[in-house]
Amino acid sequence: MNISKEEVLHVAKLARLKFTDAEAEALAKDMESIIGFANKLNELDTEGVVPTAHAIPMHNAFREDVVTPSYDREAMLQNAPSKEDGGYTVPKVVE
Amino acid sequence: MHTLTAHEIRDRIKNKELSSVEITKAYLDRIEKVEDKVESYVTVLQEEAMQSAEAIDKKIAAGEEVGALAGVPVALKDNLCTKDVLTTCSSKMLYNFRPPYDSTVAKKLKDADTVLLGKVNMDEFAMGSSTETSYFKKTKNPYDLSKVPGGSSGGSAACVAADEATFTLGSDTGGSIRQPASLCGCVGMKPTYGTVSRFGLVAFASSLDQIGPLAKDVQDCALIYDQIVGYDPMDSTSVNREYASFEKALTGDVKGLKIGMPAEYMGEGISAPVQKAVLAALESFKAMGASYEEMHLPLNEYALPAYYMISSAEASSNLARFDGVKYGFRAEKFEDLVDLYAQTRSEGFGAEVKRRIMIGTYALSSGYYDAYYKKAQQVRTMIMQDFDKAFEKYDVLVTPTTPTTAFGFGEKTDDPLQMYMADICTVSVNIGGLPAVVLPCGYDENGLPIGLQIIGKPFGEAAILNAAYALEKTITKIKPAL
Amino acid sequence: MNYETVIGLEVHAELKTNTKIYCGCINEFGGEPNTHTCPICSGMPGTLPVLNKRVVDFAIKAGLAMNCSITQYSKQDRKNYFYPDLPKAYQISQFDLPLCQNGYVDIVVNGETKRIGITRIHIEEDAGKLVHDDYANCSIADYNRCGVPLIEIVSEPDLRSPEEAHVFLETLKTILEYTEVSDCKMQEGSLRCDVNLSLRPEGQKEFGTRCEMKNINSFRAAVRSMEYEQKRQTEVLSNGGIINQETRRWDDVKGESIVMRTKEDAQDYRYFPEPDLLPMIISDEWIEEIRSTIPELPEQRKSRYISEFGLPEYDAFLLTSSKKTADYFDETVSLGASPKAVSNWMMGDIAKFINDKELEAGDIPFAPAQLKALIDLIEKGTISNSAAKKVLAEMFAQPEEPEKIVERLGLSQVSDEGALMAMVQEVLAQNPQSIVDYKAGKDRALGFLMGQIMRVSKGKANPQVINQMLKEALDKA
Repeated sequence: MNISKEEVLHVAKLARLKFTDAEAEALAKDMESIIGFANKLNELDTEGVVPTAHAIPMHNAFREDVVTPSYDREAMLQNAPSKEDGGYTVPKVVE
Repeated sequence: MHTLTAHEIRDRIKNKELSSVEITKAYLDRIEKVEDKVESYVTVLQEEAMQSAEAIDKKIAAGEEVGALAGVPVALKDNLCTKDVLTTCSSKMLYNFRPPYDSTVAKKLKDADTVLLGKVNMDEFAMGSSTETSYFKKTKNPYDLSKVPGGSSGGSAACVAADEATFTLGSDTGGSIRQPASLCGCVGMKPTYGTVSRFGLVAFASSLDQIGPLAKDVQDCALIYDQIVGYDPMDSTSVNREYASFEKALTGDVKGLKIGMPAEYMGEGISAPVQKAVLAALESFKAMGASYEEMHLPLNEYALPAYYMISSAEASSNLARFDGVKYGFRAEKFEDLVDLYAQTRSEGFGAEVKRRIMIGTYALSSGYYDAYYKKAQQVRTMIMQDFDKAFEKYDVLVTPTTPTTAFGFGEKTDDPLQMYMADICTVSVNIGGLPAVVLPCGYDENGLPIGLQIIGKPFGEAAILNAAYALEKTITKIKPAL
Repeated sequence: MNYETVIGLEVHAELKTNTKIYCGCINEFGGEPNTHTCPICSGMPGTLPVLNKRVVDFAIKAGLAMNCSITQYSKQDRKNYFYPDLPKAYQISQFDLPLCQNGYVDIVVNGETKRIGITRIHIEEDAGKLVHDDYANCSIADYNRCGVPLIEIVSEPDLRSPEEAHVFLETLKTILEYTEVSDCKMQEGSLRCDVNLSLRPEGQKEFGTRCEMKNINSFRAAVRSMEYEQKRQTEVLSNGGIINQETRRWDDVKGESIVMRTKEDAQDYRYFPEPDLLPMIISDEWIEEIRSTIPELPEQRKSRYISEFGLPEYDAFLLTSSKKTADYFDETVSLGASPKAVSNWMMGDIAKFINDKELEAGDIPFAPAQLKALIDLIEKGTISNSAAKKVLAEMFAQPEEPEKIVERLGLSQVSDEGALMAMVQEVLAQNPQSIVDYKAGKDRALGFLMGQIMRVSKGKANPQVINQMLKEALDKA
C-alpha cells in the first residue's frame, strides 16, 4: 500500500482540510497502514454479495405532509459565528 | 448516599425516605470532592440541577404524578443534544454550541423526571478508545488515575464508576459504551440498532451509532433502557414495535440457556487475566444451569477493517457540516470561502478526527468506492450471516469486552492501528446491529476491572440482560478507592 | 462541413407539497431569510431526515405521466460537496436507483410527432439561497429553500435543435401542471434546467464532446443559451479546434456563457447510500393507486378535442398546452357553448389579451359562464361580432356581466322587425337605381343596399335579419 503526499493533499482538498508538508507526510504513513489494514478485506470473495447499508432490514419510513411550525429565527441563529440581517454571513461568493 | 443505584433512589423517593434535593445535593458534593481527580465532566449544571430537583420535590409533595425515574441524578455524554445547554462533542469545533433543541433521549429522561447534573467528557466526536482525544481534558480511570477510562464514552463510564452520577448515557459506534464501561467496572449496554432514537445524537457513523446506558448494576441498566427505548418518528431508522418492561423481565434464571463462546475472541492478544475471568464466568453460568461451548465466528477478523471503512466514510460526510458558518468554531483568519472552510476545519478538529475524515474521504472518493466502502458493506453482510448462523444454535454469545484491562495514558496514542485494536471484541456487534451488555466479571492483579460481554440476537435485550443479572449475583464488586 | 446538434436536458422542478422533503417546515416561496427553517433543514448536528411521503407520490405520478417504469426497490444517497447554501455539506439525492426510469415524452415539432426519451426522474432536496448584492464584503445564507422537494428529470440526448428543446420543455411543463405536482413558476425558480449540448458532423453516429450549461432561469434563456452554444461550438469546430468538456455559466444579460469549470476540476461527489434513510419499496398497489389519480394528459386531451369537437390539430394543441386553458375550455363547453365558438374566442381575442396583459396562460379574469353568456349574445343576435370584441375588452378590464356591458355601452343589435323594416324601406326609397340593378341580376347592388342599411342603423342592425328582409322587399318591389 502506497499513498503519496500528493494523494493526501488531494483528499485533504476534497475534505476541506489543510496540512503542512510534515503533517501530510505523517498522515500518508498513517493512511497507508490503515488502508493497508483494510486491504485485508480483499481476502474475502464478495462476488454477488449484496452490500448492507442498514443492519436491521426495514423500508418505507415516511412522514405525512403536515406542516409543523418552523423555529424562531433567533434560536436558529443563536450559534452562528457571524450573522447579519437574519442570515449567516460568509465571505463574498463570486459565482 | 451517592452509591445508591437508580432503582434504590426511585424506591426511596417513592416511599418519601429521600428527597430529590437531598440526592442531587449529595451528588453535587461528590462531584465537588472527586471531579478534580477524575475529570469526567465537561459541564456541571449545579444551579439547574438543584432547580429541577426542587421542582420534582414540589410535584411529589403536591401529590402529582411523577416520571419513572423521578429525582434520579444523571449525566449525558456530550454528543447528546440538550436544549440551550452546551453540547460540545468534546471538540474545539463545538466549544460554544448550545443546541436549540433536545435529543429524543434527553427529552425522555426529562419526561421521566430525572435531574440532569451535566454533560460528560468523551473522545472528540466519539472517535477514540481512551477519551484522550477530548479537546478539553483527560478523564481518569477511577480505579487507577494513571490509566485511561476507555472511550469514547470515557466520561460516562468514569462518572458512574466514581459515583458522580447515578447513571449516564453514552453512544456506541464500535464499542464506545462497552469498552469504557468494562475498563471502569460499570454495567453498560449497546442496544439493538434502531431501538433507541438517534435523534439529537451528533452523528459519528449513522449506520452503527446507538445510544445506551452506563449504570451501577444490571437492574439499573434494564430500568434505564425501559425509559429510552421506543419508536421515534423523528428517526427513520427507529424500529416501530412495542417493548415490554425489561426491568420486570429480570428473573436471574438462566437454566437451559445455551451460550456460545466464539474462539476467535479468546485467542492471541487477549490477556491471560481477561481470559481467565471470562472462563470463570462461563463456569458460573454452567453452575446456574446454563450450558456453554466453544464455537466459531470465522469472519471476526474482518470486522475491524470493515468497521473502519464504513465508520470513517460515514463520519467524513457527517462531519462535513462543521465549516464555521452555522455554529461552533470559526477560524479568525481566512482569505476566502474555501479558506474559511479549510482553516476552520483544520483548527477546529483534532488529529484523530482529521485522520478519520481523511480515511473516509479516501474510501468514498472516485475510483476507491467499490474497493473500500462497497467491499466493507459486502463483508458486513457476510459477518451478519455468520451471526445469524450462530444464533440458530445459541441464545447468547459470551466474549471478553477488551483484550486487556485499562491501559496507561499515551500508551497507544502514537499508533492509530494499535488504538483501533482496543475495539477488536466490540465492533462486530455494531456491524451486525446486535445488542450487547457488558458487566464486570472480575479484577486483575492490580484491582482493575475486567469486563464480560454478552451478545444477543436482534431485539434480544431481555435475554442478555437476564443473563447479566444472573452472573452479577455471583460477582463481588469492588468500588474504586477515591 | 455541416454539424448536427445534440441536446439533452436536466430539468429541476420544485414539488408543490405542503412541507419540505425531510422536515415539517412549510414549503412556501419567499419569506424573510431563515424564517422557514428548523434544526433539520438547517443541518444542525444530531438532526435526522424523515421523508415526506407525498414527495414519493408526486415523483411516481410524474414518472407515470412520462411513461417511466417505477423502480420497485429505490434508495436515497448523499452527494457530498461544500457550499454555503448547503448546510449539511451534502445533498440528499438519488444516485443509482432513481424512483423512475426509462420513460418518454412525445413532442410535436412542425406538425411532426417526435419521441424524446426520459432517462430518469429522481427526488432530491433543494439548496438554500445566497444573497450577494446588498452586501459589500460578504454573502448572506438564507436556508428557507433548503429542503424544498425537487424532482430532477433527465432526458436522453434525443433533441436536435434549440427549437425541439424548447418544445420539449414546454411539453414537460404542461405535464407537470396537468399532474399537479409542480407550480412550474419560472419566475420563482420552481422550474429550472441545465443544458447539455454537443455537435457532430452530419451522418456521424458517435456523439461529440458536450458542454453543460448552468444558471438558466427561463425557457427563453434556455433557447438563447443553446443557440449561443451551437454557434460557439460550430465556430470552434469549423476553425479546426476541439471542444473541451466543461461546465459553462450562462449570463442572460450579456447573452453569453463563460467557463465555470473544466473536466479536470470536475467535482468528486463521493456518493454513498444515505444511512439515515431507509430504502423505498414501491408496491404494485401503490403504483396503481397513484396511476388512478393521473388526470387526462395533454396528448389525450388534444386527441379528444380533435375527434369530439372537430377542432383543427393546431387549435387543439394550443388549447391543451396549458391545463388551465384546457380546463377553462372544457368548462365553458360543458355549459353548453359551441366548442368551435369557444375555441375561436380563446385562441383569438382572449389569447391576445392574455399576451398583451402578460398574464399566465389560462389566467382569464372572468368565469367560463361569462364567456358562454358572451357567445350566447352573439348567437342570439343581440350583439354583432365586432360589438362582442368591445364587450370582451370590458370583461378583461373589470368584473361585469356581458349583458350589463352591452346595455351600458348600448351595443345591442336592432332585431325589431318593425324598426328594421322602416330602415329597409327608407334605403330602398332613396336608391331606386339599385333596385333596378338587383332585378337585372347585379349582385353587387344587394351588398350596397346592406351597407346603406347598416349605416343608417349605426351598425346595430342585425345583418342576418335585414339580409332576409331586404331580399323579400326587393322581390316584392
